[in-house]
Amino acid sequence: METYGPYDPTVDYVPGPAPRPKHGRDGETSSWRPLHMSRRNFLRGVVCSGVVIGGSAYLFSATTPARADTRAVERLVRLTVNGRTHSVEVAPNETLATTLRYRLGLTGTKIGCNQGECGACTVIADGTTIYSCSTLTHRVRDSEITTVEGIAGEDGTLHPVQQAFIEEIGPQCGFCTPGQVVSAVALLNRNPNPTIEEARLAMSGNLCRCGAYDHYLRGVMKAAERV
Amino acid sequence: MAYKLIGKNFIPPDIEAKVTGAADYAEDFRADGMAHVKFYGSPMPHGRVNSIDLSEAEKIPGFLAALLPEEVKQPDSPVGFPILTSEPTYFGQPILAIAAETEQAAADAIAAVRMDMELLPFVTDPLESLQPDGPNALDGLNVAGSDIDAQELKWSGRDFALADENALPRGEAPVEWSFGDVEAGFANSAVIVEESFVHASNAHHAMEPRSAAAYWEGGKCHVWGSTQSTAFAQPGLANLIGIELSDLVLVSEFCGGGFGGKGTTYPLMALPAVVSRKLNGRPCLLRVTRNEEYNNGSARAGFQGWAKLGFSQEGRMLAADIYVVQDLGPTSGFPDFNNVGSAAVIVFQPEAARFRATPVLTNTVPKGPQRGPGENQAANMLEPLLDKAARELGIDRLALRLANAPGGGVGAKYGHEQGPVTSAYLREALEMGAEAFNWTERSKQSGMRNGSKVRGYGIGEAYHTAGSNGFDGLVRITPDGALHVHTGVGNLGTFSYASTSRIAAEALGYEWDHVVLEYGGTTKHVPWNLGQFGSNTNFTMARTNYVAAMDAAQKLKEIAAATLGGSAEDYELKDERVVKTGDESAGMSFAEAAQKAIEMGGRYDGHEIPDDIHPMTQASASAIAGTGLVGVAKDNLPKDATVPALAAAFIEVDVDVETGKFEILDYHCVADCGTVIHPMGLAAQVRGGAMMGFGLATSERHVYDPQYGRPNAQALYQAKPKTYLDMPAQMNWAAVDQPDTQSPMGTKGIGEPLEGAASSALICAISDALGGHLFNRTPVVTDMILNAAEGRPQSHKPLATNTV
Repeated sequence: METYGPYDPTVDYVPGPAPRPKHGRDGETSSWRPLHMSRRNFLRGVVCSGVVIGGSAYLFSATTPARADTRAVERLVRLTVNGRTHSVEVAPNETLATTLRYRLGLTGTKIGCNQGECGACTVIADGTTIYSCSTLTHRVRDSEITTVEGIAGEDGTLHPVQQAFIEEIGPQCGFCTPGQVVSAVALLNRNPNPTIEEARLAMSGNLCRCGAYDHYLRGVMKAAERV
Repeated sequence: MAYKLIGKNFIPPDIEAKVTGAADYAEDFRADGMAHVKFYGSPMPHGRVNSIDLSEAEKIPGFLAALLPEEVKQPDSPVGFPILTSEPTYFGQPILAIAAETEQAAADAIAAVRMDMELLPFVTDPLESLQPDGPNALDGLNVAGSDIDAQELKWSGRDFALADENALPRGEAPVEWSFGDVEAGFANSAVIVEESFVHASNAHHAMEPRSAAAYWEGGKCHVWGSTQSTAFAQPGLANLIGIELSDLVLVSEFCGGGFGGKGTTYPLMALPAVVSRKLNGRPCLLRVTRNEEYNNGSARAGFQGWAKLGFSQEGRMLAADIYVVQDLGPTSGFPDFNNVGSAAVIVFQPEAARFRATPVLTNTVPKGPQRGPGENQAANMLEPLLDKAARELGIDRLALRLANAPGGGVGAKYGHEQGPVTSAYLREALEMGAEAFNWTERSKQSGMRNGSKVRGYGIGEAYHTAGSNGFDGLVRITPDGALHVHTGVGNLGTFSYASTSRIAAEALGYEWDHVVLEYGGTTKHVPWNLGQFGSNTNFTMARTNYVAAMDAAQKLKEIAAATLGGSAEDYELKDERVVKTGDESAGMSFAEAAQKAIEMGGRYDGHEIPDDIHPMTQASASAIAGTGLVGVAKDNLPKDATVPALAAAFIEVDVDVETGKFEILDYHCVADCGTVIHPMGLAAQVRGGAMMGFGLATSERHVYDPQYGRPNAQALYQAKPKTYLDMPAQMNWAAVDQPDTQSPMGTKGIGEPLEGAASSALICAISDALGGHLFNRTPVVTDMILNAAEGRPQSHKPLATNTV
């Protein structure tokens, strides 16, 4: 007889309750309701009202008597995402994917593997694509971050890459698509006229289990004609 | 027949959300005060929990609750699939779950759990379990499977001794069938090929792990889950949670990949719901990690097999004798084994055949259906044997396939009962593909050397059943004139939830921009549909949407007759109006008819519904009753034959005999999918299925440490799906485009054979480049190619599985 510890103890975590506006709790009853506010509107609201997005104000205080994170002291940092600067509390070991998804409500960035293998979490930091699942938020606090939510125009006009991906039916299940979009946009930002081989290399950090590479690549080349 | 919508490209309504990041998957669920759930996965492949000490875990700040195995419903069967268990039968199986305020706190609490476990006997190689004194994966049980009683089955020492070295021993088989005179077939054969082989298991590895969220409100359980089957998954999920179907609200607008692994209900989808119940309904999110997804995310079943195939001088298959041992995993798994036999019969049409199978329990990842379950392994295992036979007969590999492939529509034989099919055009697919690929001329370059590279060519064929029947359709015309097609098909990424909805629009003569698709969850009031799996949707739900549309059409005519006089037979549908035949000025718009339907009530607006529809459809129809003209019906259309989806693929490769790497230069696939419903969608499936097939053929496999039973290839890089860099320069496709005889508009499915045709073609091409060397093992990995090129022995034992 032996005693075993857990096989996968503390890796791969995200912090708790989401920073969505508190309009889902029904004051009249004690029931819970999921929130369906669009991210765009939410972020606009937060930015305009100057509310600090962070753990102490909203994330933990409503339901947590003590700070839940047992190992890390969070620090308030300023993070520039999609052209807007947010004040956000971040744990020292927190990844950018976590901060985006669980503190800023930017769930377009997906966590497919959380270990730098798949590219679903790809974002742009100062013009360069990075895996946000494998980047500490503190490392990019002075960077300009662009996520898939920041690719379309303010008025919702799709980026040529997004439009071309739709026309070529690039996405299948769609889970890798945000990363594919971001990688393609970053490529065209630095090289508006890539050869197909250059495009293939630039996109090669983004896995697609549906295998839709050919259609994404057609989309990239079509978008290159339009940017 | 000329259609307005069928066979035309369109933009599926969900695709924009996918490119903007607005598409919400299960892990994107957020609610105020949401708790996070993590589970303790078994650290051993088979064990028993003696005691659990939560005292330290409960001290973790933010700890909310723990859920133990005794608190959840356990399956009735020893080979069932529990949510939590105190006797884990595979590595990583959930034993207990903890909810906490944050995921970090939940993870810390899991780390603080002290678990006293004892290791039980385990096995990762099916043949080892069949040895006279071999270990059992479960206590006293080592054989199970669909329609097979769970039992202990050991082969005798004699069974093992009788087999030649490196050949599959063939002891007692729980599954056996035959037709024709097999021995006479072999006696008459000019060439007999006899080989043993291994096909590895491999992970589904959908990009979206099976995360889920849940909360309870007003006595109902709300689940955000990832499923291929919005309707079909619900009864099983309700059962796992322990509630009535009517008390379940399932939201699953997007599914980030399934490939069969999310086709039906799975335990992890229920876990946050049962934890939430313990927290009085508080929202709970379970984020499943990539490693957890590997361990619990289903896998394709592997095989150890043997086949003896006899051919006439012309290449006709006179007899086939096939035996497979399936790696079932620790549950009843999926009957891939049956599909190996049925695939061989439909693709090769042998004049006589015997098939035997023994599915064996192992302490490996639970197996589920993965794209072409059994059929695609059959293609990979058997297609190279056709090449060997052609070489020995001195005939072209295409000619041998043409001599056997079913064609001409109906007339092919299916299964051991040699039953009929609704349509089969594999021969035509081969002919079309060979012409487009220029097979006859190009394949003469086989073996051509350029430096260290050698040219190779391959042909692959594959099959899957492509349709079922007996499900329900539900459509609604609202007073604004719009057609709402309610569909319980999941949104897997094939867009067939949308393309099959176009059947209803086509039948009613609608413009596509006047159609609203109601999909993605219970709240959309979906009918009882079969899941988005098994290549069935384009047949099964073409029929349900057609019968619902026909019901709506009849009601439109009756309403017009009641309003304008005459009888329903006097009216026809034209341009979204119901008009008198011969006098189009007498009529009413669909919008007016919908308004009238509400006034007339009864069966016209859904207040009276047919008796034979499923309770789910009844509930959905009742929910929308009074909002418009409701068309609702069960698919009672005739179906008396098997629906085959078939595909043929041609491939050109360069194999570098100094590095073992290969490059795919050209790929061409022809699909027999009935009437093409959505060309762009089909193109995406052809190419995507091929990429998945290339991984299946050459890089994806399970690897276990046999000493400790631990999986050694959990990560994507260890069993790598193909990437942009592996993509062929050319990926062309075509469809036979002949209508199926039992589908209202001729459509049938195709998703699965598109993978098996590609994978088997690639294996054949690599073999061809190496002078016809048979690997008899899938995947054909780089070191195997190098060893073959160098004439060195392979590093694996011929029948070993779940190893490197």
